Amino acid sequence: MAAGPMEQFEIHPIVPLEIGGIDISFTNSSLWMCIVVGSISLFLMVAASSRAVVPGRLQSIAELSYNFVADMIRSSAGSAGLKFFPFIYALFLFVLMANLFGLVPFIHAFTVTSHIIVTLALALSVFLLVILVGVFKHGFRFLKLFVPDVPWIMLPLLVPIEVISFLSRPLSLSVRLFANMLAGHIMLSVFGGFVVSLAAAGGALSVLSIAPLLAIIGVSALEFLVAFLQAYVFAILTCIYLNDALHLHDH
Amino acid sequence: MDVEAARFIGAGLATMALIGAGIGIGTVFGNFLAGALRNPGAAAGQTTNLLLGFALCEATGLFGLVVALIILFG
Repeated sequence: MAAGPMEQFEIHPIVPLEIGGIDISFTNSSLWMCIVVGSISLFLMVAASSRAVVPGRLQSIAELSYNFVADMIRSSAGSAGLKFFPFIYALFLFVLMANLFGLVPFIHAFTVTSHIIVTLALALSVFLLVILVGVFKHGFRFLKLFVPDVPWIMLPLLVPIEVISFLSRPLSLSVRLFANMLAGHIMLSVFGGFVVSLAAAGGALSVLSIAPLLAIIGVSALEFLVAFLQAYVFAILTCIYLNDALHLHDH
Repeated sequence: MDVEAARFIGAGLATMALIGAGIGIGTVFGNFLAGALRNPGAAAGQTTNLLLGFALCEATGLFGLVVALIILFG
């Protein structure tokens, strides 16, 4: 256990590249992003190539994921939200696959979503989309989003709160995903370190190393749940924010 | 006090966010079970909300971790 638990998050350049003083090297983070996007595209292309009436296994998985996201949008943003299906589907699959690829052992997998800059970029694109949709659809009336339906005397108190909560959305959206991935991988790494150092201690202590090993199995199962759940939460919160922009307060 | 020592104390204090996260997750699952035992028929339809509540709750505790990391390494 020479490497600390933070070592897995380090970014190394693979193909160093610099243009105009800006470092745009092809790093392990970029490599894993390409792997994630490539595997999603490959999977969907292979799964959709047969287009059978009675779907096979692969096609079933693709159709399931499609229906899952479509139902999620329909239930939280209404059928008007289905216009944004491609965006939310891509977002959901990217976050899900990035989270799952990070959990694969032995191949020095890099979790793309464990870096706040990546999740912040995703969250900011959602934030910008929400603002653009709201402004294009409602124009100046979009500002009504910040005026809740309460007696006017409460407004000076509530409007700043609404504005602050709106502005903190990209922050909480990105930090939630990033912190979950970071904490999960640190936890796995620390428990893995327990197993190694206990087994190396020799004697009765080596036998004890079975306890953290069992714990790490349970934690891994939890991490798979969290990987899916965070992708789901990210997508459904995007839907809820879009719903705000599409329908303002009149549900 | 030594700055380094104060840092470690601060990072330790930041983990107190877990108190809230623990209470929150307990409330989420406890109330779900209480509701599910009263009306088992409606329980299956609320699994999504249960998991959503769990994920949102857990994330609140992790904000504390981020604060601790910023104190330690920032």
